[in-house]
Amino acid sequence: MNPIKTPTAQADVIVVGGGIMGAASAFFLRQRGRSVILLERGLVGQQASGVNFGNVRRQGRFLPQLPLANRSRAIWGRLNELLGEDAEFLPTGHIRICYRDEQVGVLEQYAKDARTYGLDLEMIGRNALRERFPFIGPEALAGSYSPTDGHANPRLAAPAFGRAAARNGAQVFENTEIAVVEKTGEDFLVSATDGRQFRAPALLIAAGAWGTHLSSQFGEPVPQSVHGPQMGVTEPLPYRIQPVLGVSTTVTEEVVYLRQIPRGNVIFGGGNRGPAYPDLRRSYVLPTNTMNQLPQLKRLVPALANVNIIRVWSGIEAYLPDDRPVMGPSSRVPGLYYAFGFCGHGFQLGPGVGDVMAELIDAGATSTPLDPFSIARFLQG
Amino acid sequence: MAGSRVIVVGAGPAGVRAAEILAEAGLAPIVINEGSRDGGQIYRRQPDNFSRPPSKLYGTEAAKATALHAAFDGLRRRVDYRPDTLAWNVTPGVLHTVHHGQTQDIPFDALIVCSGATDRLMPVKGWNLSGTYSLGAAQIALKAQAVSIGRRVAFLGTGPLLYLVASQYQAAGAEVAGVFDTSPFALRVKALPKLLARPAVLAKGLALVAKLKRAGIPVETGVTPVEIAGTPDAGVSGLVLRDRAGRVREIACDAVALGYHLRPETQLADLARCDFAFDAESRQWLPTIDADGRSSVPGVYLAGDGARILGADGAEAAGALAALAALRDLGHDVADGRIDALRRDCARMDRFRRGLVEAFPWPAANAAALPDETVVCRCEAITAGELRRVARAMGATEANRAKAFSRVGMGRCQGRYCGQAGAEIIAAAIDTPVESVGRLRGQAPVKPFSLSATPLADQKGTEQGTPA
Repeated sequence: MNPIKTPTAQADVIVVGGGIMGAASAFFLRQRGRSVILLERGLVGQQASGVNFGNVRRQGRFLPQLPLANRSRAIWGRLNELLGEDAEFLPTGHIRICYRDEQVGVLEQYAKDARTYGLDLEMIGRNALRERFPFIGPEALAGSYSPTDGHANPRLAAPAFGRAAARNGAQVFENTEIAVVEKTGEDFLVSATDGRQFRAPALLIAAGAWGTHLSSQFGEPVPQSVHGPQMGVTEPLPYRIQPVLGVSTTVTEEVVYLRQIPRGNVIFGGGNRGPAYPDLRRSYVLPTNTMNQLPQLKRLVPALANVNIIRVWSGIEAYLPDDRPVMGPSSRVPGLYYAFGFCGHGFQLGPGVGDVMAELIDAGATSTPLDPFSIARFLQG
Repeated sequence: MAGSRVIVVGAGPAGVRAAEILAEAGLAPIVINEGSRDGGQIYRRQPDNFSRPPSKLYGTEAAKATALHAAFDGLRRRVDYRPDTLAWNVTPGVLHTVHHGQTQDIPFDALIVCSGATDRLMPVKGWNLSGTYSLGAAQIALKAQAVSIGRRVAFLGTGPLLYLVASQYQAAGAEVAGVFDTSPFALRVKALPKLLARPAVLAKGLALVAKLKRAGIPVETGVTPVEIAGTPDAGVSGLVLRDRAGRVREIACDAVALGYHLRPETQLADLARCDFAFDAESRQWLPTIDADGRSSVPGVYLAGDGARILGADGAEAAGALAALAALRDLGHDVADGRIDALRRDCARMDRFRRGLVEAFPWPAANAAALPDETVVCRCEAITAGELRRVARAMGATEANRAKAFSRVGMGRCQGRYCGQAGAEIIAAAIDTPVESVGRLRGQAPVKPFSLSATPLADQKGTEQGTPA
């Protein structure tokens, strides 16, 4: 994947951004026979896609996003076969529990609404919850169980898409930082900071936290903010916690989620976010945030009380004010598409976003509704 | 000035001498020590109920050890000493500690990190069998627990510590199966001009080797490790090596102490966002420091083996020098002469350091020859073959990328023991200079700490995380 010395590469589509969105888009565009250039500033899957929690979770999402999430979940199920690599997806189930009576009602209502979108959730009462999942703490009043969701390894998924795309003929350029994106005549011209140029009649901007920097060049800035998830992992323990666990609450400090991987480590995150600096490509875990997570982890799974934390980490995630991504065609420039700003919940969607964007770019339309995610919602007048 | 908040991390030779200088200047530094007692690794003080005399514990270095202990004992009322305390993270201007399950955020104006060193380890097939210890661990067993790591112990690796620990074992009455040094003797001769920077230390080293030989212990140079033999159930049963003459031999033993000189403990410097540079002589990444121990981050000073492997005497000088630099930066008057003298000391020690690196080189070439089935990352049980696979087939040519794909360096030790060897394996696998593979980024916590930890009751939230 080394940069080539020729001044210009051309293809049907240029994808800027080699996170899971861009890498999956490149892969599915190749599946549709489109030639693709994938441009990545660092290494494929190194930023938000590589450092997130690894949730393959549908429940709790903004309801109109469920068709996209369902489509993505179907792809997760055959990912190994599609990519020829194991991204460690495990459909272990996903449980959201809550500690307050009023939140039980919220979970029940969500389960009812989600059913109309084809997502079946099972509400489990306090006693049954303890019986079936004895590791869950006594404060949990109820749980919403999604049996076919689960988790995967974020360190592996996006790079696997990138490699599969490359094997199938995509031109993948890593360590390629893009300075200028412009439309010249019928084509987009994409210029790297080192002077290399890439040309194509279609352009997909999937640059995560760097997305608005590029969309601005087409007159479509978005009001994004940038934060770092606050992640951590414990030493390995006997494998007991199969489903992913999360807390449903309106109190930010109470939010914690965790998953155990079969080799034993428990990965966790949640609570307040940390600072992230896209220009420096750095983000940090605040020690206070880690300390705030500890009591919540013990509250969720009391057996973790004396377990050791071995590492914490963060990443750079872009958030939009309405907590929804920017996804779909440009409102101004024909041939230009966006998929960025996934507000910390993009990992599960990644394969589906790639499939949908490839369909949209290749066929001009997609069967999955994207209206709520249009960049037009941020344009003045 | 007088109210400056200065933290010293570490209570070994560097940390104690730094604290002494600060106390002299009227400051009351906080001294954070991960261990229970001061002295560090080299002058480790035995537990309270042990009564071996210093001459037994420290041999020729007994006078220096007792002087350092006495110096620290004399400081105790003038420093805020916090033993059994792990500095688990550092953010701009704040050190984060945990002590007996209580965490605390301690703001500082100056931080002097004297974090010491650990063994530099090159894997060998079978090193994951029980009975294989690092040289440092073998020494701790002897000093702090008064036990040997086995009935018959073979010493493998290179560097002064190899001979020192072997002789300490011999003196304590343990059976030493032999000392097997990977460095050829000729390099010692070649390094002589640099080693003569400290003739007395050189003489002590030679005497140590002579003493081992007089005791009838085989001492071989220029060996190549082949395998630590044994079974998962019974542990180590022998050390297989190729000797200088090219013969493959097995030395019967039930324990192996292993180490290739030392590597600085640099996680705190890394978390403090200090710059690092590749040191071509020792083939490792070291934090950048000026002649006085200033890091690239204002207010953060690095001294002792945690910055450069100068040894205990060098650590005492570097600790004092870093403290003087901190005082000067904080606006105290510090006499030039004092600083100049310490700088000269440190420069001489540094010349000797480079001599040791030359005489006892890190056996980088062994990495290429490791069989694929050799475990590299013992925490996660990842083999050299797997690491080579991600480097070659998955394009993971950079250390952190290879970690993400293979898990090498993801376990409890966070790559402190396997990181440097892992980089050599990657470099050899893809035929690239090891410096282009980079180094594993430090991530908190510096050592594992328990979920049971709670913030100290009066702890107030502090502002952290802004970029330096």
